[in-house]
Amino acid sequence: MRPQFISKKVGSIKFRILSPKMIKSMAAAKIVTPELYDREGYPVDGGLMDTRLGVIDPGLVCKTDGLRLKDTLGHFGYIELARPVIHIKFVKQVYDFLKCTCNSCGRILIPQKDIKKFSEILTTIGEEQSMQAQHRMVREVVTKYKGKGKCPHCAAKQGKIKLEKPYTFYEEDHKLSPIELRAWLEKIQDDDLQLFGMDSVAIRPEWMVLTVLQIPPVTMRPSITLESGERSEDDLTHKLGDVVRINQRLFENINAGAPEIIIEDLWDLLQYHVTTYFDNSIAQLPPARHRGGQVLKTLTKRIKSKEGRIRHNLAGKRTDFSARTVISPDPLIGLNEVGVPEKMAKHLTIPERITEWNKEYLLEFVKRGPKVYPGANYIIRPDGKRKAIADFTMDEITEELTEGYIVERHLLDGDIALFNRQPSLHRMSMMAHKVRVLPGKTFRLNPSVCHPYNADFDGDEMNLHVPQTEEARSEAQVLMLVQTQLISPRDGLSVVGSIHDAITGNYLLTKELILSYPESVDLLYSCGVEDLSRLPKKEKLDGKEVFSALLPKDFTFYGKDKSGNQVKIINGKLTSGLMDKANLGEESGLLLRNLYSQYGPEFTAELLGKISKLGIAVLLRRGFSIGIADLDLMPQTAKLVAESIENSLQKAFNIIEQHAAGKLQALPGRTVEETLELRMLEVLNKARNKSGEVAMKQIKENAALVMARSGARGNILNIAQMSAITGQQALRGRRIDHGFTNRTLSYFKVHDISPAARGFIKNSFKSGLNPAEFFFGAMTGRDALMDTALRTPKSGYLYRRLSNAMQDLKVEYDHTVRDASGRIVQFQYGEDGLDVSKTKAGSIDVKEIVQAVIGEKQ
Amino acid sequence: MKKEIETLISSFKDRLSPTIIEKAMNEIPTTVSKKDAEEIMNLILKATVKAKVAPGECVGLVSAESIGEPGTQMTLNTFHFAGVAEMNVTVGLPRLIEIFDARKTIKTPMMEIYLKEGHSSLEQVKTFAKKIKETLLAEVLSDVSVDILDQKVSLQINEEAAKSYGHDTAQILKLLKTKLKTFSTSQGESSNEIELTMKSAKTDNLKELHGVKGKLMKIKIHGMKGIKQVLPVERSGQYVILTSGCNLKEVLELDEVDSLRTSTNDLYEIEKVLGIEATRNAIIEETVKVIEAQGLNIDIRHIMLVADIMCVTGVLKGITRFGVVKEKSSVLARASFETPVKHMFTSAMAGEVDKLQSVVENVMINQPVPVGTGLPSLITKMK
Repeated sequence: MRPQFISKKVGSIKFRILSPKMIKSMAAAKIVTPELYDREGYPVDGGLMDTRLGVIDPGLVCKTDGLRLKDTLGHFGYIELARPVIHIKFVKQVYDFLKCTCNSCGRILIPQKDIKKFSEILTTIGEEQSMQAQHRMVREVVTKYKGKGKCPHCAAKQGKIKLEKPYTFYEEDHKLSPIELRAWLEKIQDDDLQLFGMDSVAIRPEWMVLTVLQIPPVTMRPSITLESGERSEDDLTHKLGDVVRINQRLFENINAGAPEIIIEDLWDLLQYHVTTYFDNSIAQLPPARHRGGQVLKTLTKRIKSKEGRIRHNLAGKRTDFSARTVISPDPLIGLNEVGVPEKMAKHLTIPERITEWNKEYLLEFVKRGPKVYPGANYIIRPDGKRKAIADFTMDEITEELTEGYIVERHLLDGDIALFNRQPSLHRMSMMAHKVRVLPGKTFRLNPSVCHPYNADFDGDEMNLHVPQTEEARSEAQVLMLVQTQLISPRDGLSVVGSIHDAITGNYLLTKELILSYPESVDLLYSCGVEDLSRLPKKEKLDGKEVFSALLPKDFTFYGKDKSGNQVKIINGKLTSGLMDKANLGEESGLLLRNLYSQYGPEFTAELLGKISKLGIAVLLRRGFSIGIADLDLMPQTAKLVAESIENSLQKAFNIIEQHAAGKLQALPGRTVEETLELRMLEVLNKARNKSGEVAMKQIKENAALVMARSGARGNILNIAQMSAITGQQALRGRRIDHGFTNRTLSYFKVHDISPAARGFIKNSFKSGLNPAEFFFGAMTGRDALMDTALRTPKSGYLYRRLSNAMQDLKVEYDHTVRDASGRIVQFQYGEDGLDVSKTKAGSIDVKEIVQAVIGEKQ
Repeated sequence: MKKEIETLISSFKDRLSPTIIEKAMNEIPTTVSKKDAEEIMNLILKATVKAKVAPGECVGLVSAESIGEPGTQMTLNTFHFAGVAEMNVTVGLPRLIEIFDARKTIKTPMMEIYLKEGHSSLEQVKTFAKKIKETLLAEVLSDVSVDILDQKVSLQINEEAAKSYGHDTAQILKLLKTKLKTFSTSQGESSNEIELTMKSAKTDNLKELHGVKGKLMKIKIHGMKGIKQVLPVERSGQYVILTSGCNLKEVLELDEVDSLRTSTNDLYEIEKVLGIEATRNAIIEETVKVIEAQGLNIDIRHIMLVADIMCVTGVLKGITRFGVVKEKSSVLARASFETPVKHMFTSAMAGEVDKLQSVVENVMINQPVPVGTGLPSLITKMK
């Protein structure tokens, strides 16, 4: 019988040190033999795999709770140690105790009359700083009094305490055995413990020297059976085996009255094994190894680091009902939709409870079974038993299905799912989408939501999670759906926006297209606009008029487009300005932001989808492509560019000449050589800009330029580099350095400081680079690559630290910002209590409100 | 009319933040009627209330994300030439890390010194800059020779260089007398020569004799400790002195310095001299500088929150396991960050209790976290 667990809320967790008594009372078994299994392969009683500690083999029953594998949680055991050993993790504290207390009466080495004075100071240090700081303070105080070398309470002489790492203590030259240590620690009074910041009610310092060792349950150190049928034990079991073995030998030797040396040796060995059981990476100790030489992974390592229990298992969880595959774009699905392959939809299910009203509906799913698409995979009976739907169980299941049963049906269109792309750097990296089951094997997403996920389609994969409870689904729908996340909490601007073709299309449409009425209707229909009342009934329509048909009737907006011209939308009519990246793109402009605040999230998301579709539809009809001819310069332009480059080079050579003649004036705070470099860099950087400008002025209007101008992709500089001049390559803010051999490449003369010898590329990408130029280009390219590779982990760590430090800050009902312990960090969030994602770029747009009120009157 | 509107606007003072009030003052034209003005103010109030943060919003995480995410887009290039003539400063991600770590020693400490009116002509600024620049003895020496036989060190002073700092040989001689204990100093043969003779004439003192040469070079003869370079620059019609290295306390004590505008980028120096509130503002300012220089856009509220968490205790704490994270009340939250084992053992000794009030602890034990929608709960009355 599976046990019935009662779930309760955990209120708090208390940390303390286990006392020997506690260990014994927790234990289900005392471990006395290092043997694990008998000849039949059955766990030995009193061995480390004792069935009282839980079971890991199918078929066996735990002797303590009578449960089988997977049901039993396991139980602790203990070993009685023949001689006490120090717990390695408490060595430092024991050292502090020995240094600061009397060796005969166990009192703290501060005179009675002064104790009160210090106790207050010490506790405040402990509370405000840390226990380590408090200990440090105690040590300081004690050293002040210890100069006399006598206990102020009983006048006993105090020796100097030494710690020989890792765990051997000496008083003067006398080695203190753990037995002596324990006796000493036992003498320390509870009142004095408080001075050390210890919990004097629950904890005694002598527990830091172990007399019994707790054995963890078998279930947390399961053995694995290899293919050969051989058993391979867990590292912890190995280590505990060593401890038990040595412990038994020590017992035998003590009982047999063996010479002290042998006992000492065994005792030391026991100490070593217990120490490495807790921590196998102590600097002074050789780590315990497997026979093969592999280092054992013991307790400390199990907990520590990214792969340890805490960060890997406790702080990081895994889920069922999740999926991962490559993503691809689909501009025709909604902004808040995700295309899920049918194959996945058949595995991802949603539990639905049968009621009076949906019985027939759900029965249909069950009847179709797991193989036909909108079907069902499992049913769950009211008693919690889960049954798979298969051909041979079908009749039985359809027979018994009644109200109260739960059907796990396939994913349908319109279900809510969470969609995520790593690295999940901000909350928009995981948003809720509505499912759209589609053929194919990839997830489909609208290109407009690429930006918040930072996704592209060069092979990126994304994850999908299907929430299983009503609570989770409604929370996802209300708080996480894409349209609720349109405005970034980082800067109060839109995080989604049209990209690439959608921008180009709208740019061209609003800039130059004249369409006939049927063409316009066709265009609008194709992007989902059915209400054509807003389209003027004219023979020839301006592109702006077509675009305006999408906008709501009462929308008024003033802004700027990318080239700085004013954008005017008055009462839903675009009268001037172009629709480019500054208005449609993400993180820029307030067009989307204003639509959002006036018409709400749903409308904005839908409108953005329509705008994107319109842009793409325009390009589809007009045609748009780029070729190498787009980068051609007209003959007279090429001549101008060449002249401009020649000019700049001449200037550079002039500077070199000036320098050679010693006439170069040093800039303040610089040497003449530095000045030369700075001037050269300046002149050569200008060379590219100038030639670029010249080229751009003369170039023909073409696709590359349209993309750069509209902000869809690339910029003017990219085009200039391709068609006119690549320009100066800079490394760490300077020209390419000459290194040890005083020249950049053996192709140049030693000490050559001419532009070409220091990374100036006067060819364009189209005309082709010569070998030296190519090499310089590769240098900067590589530098950029290194920069990214080094930056990612650094910024990742910064982010981890920030989120760890600030995760518990929240706004309370009284609008203060507090941490988990209730400490006030801010009285008003951000000094005005405004949520950035609800503001316009971080503040209230007073101007707009004023204009709205006054404008009405005029 | 004007006054009426102004009083109307001010009457909203307790409900709106000062920045919005100020904006309203500027934006609302004085020609507007009182009724319109009132309508405007009510609309502003409505918009403000609508934009308030919801209780339970985990603003800490939002801030962390808002700063962490653009962090991936920053450059690693440490140095930056701010214009042709200015100095090198740490920028980008390294500087951001430096600020949030609250490093004791930063890579490029700097100061911006403004001078008071009447002291700020170019000539005055230049002399002032020269005055505070730390000058070492090495800079005014033309030659140093060590005479092993007589156990003597003789220094040749470059009088011209010395003069430019307002010093002459006699003054330097006097200075050396007070600085060097084991040597007796005297005027050498020529007027610009100083001779140092060892007081205790032991033969095995050769090592010390050579050692003193290095020591001599580093003796400060002029200026302020730590200020390694000075550079007067013009900024919007005013002369500002940029320094590399900083010594805020001593600079602020000088009469001609405008203490209101003079600042440094060394947070510890600010904390020491001006206190924690100034430090908080400095963190915000420095962070904004870094972010703006990278062309990124982060709302100031996020930066304020980070600055606040670094300064709540009254002492500057970095966002490291030794600073802010150590202050956490929850054992599990600390353990989940770094060095979990150590945290668990010390809290075991102190008998600490984790009350499970924040996020990670509850994630660990599979309970709803007490932020956002996890915050409200229902209390059932039992009859």
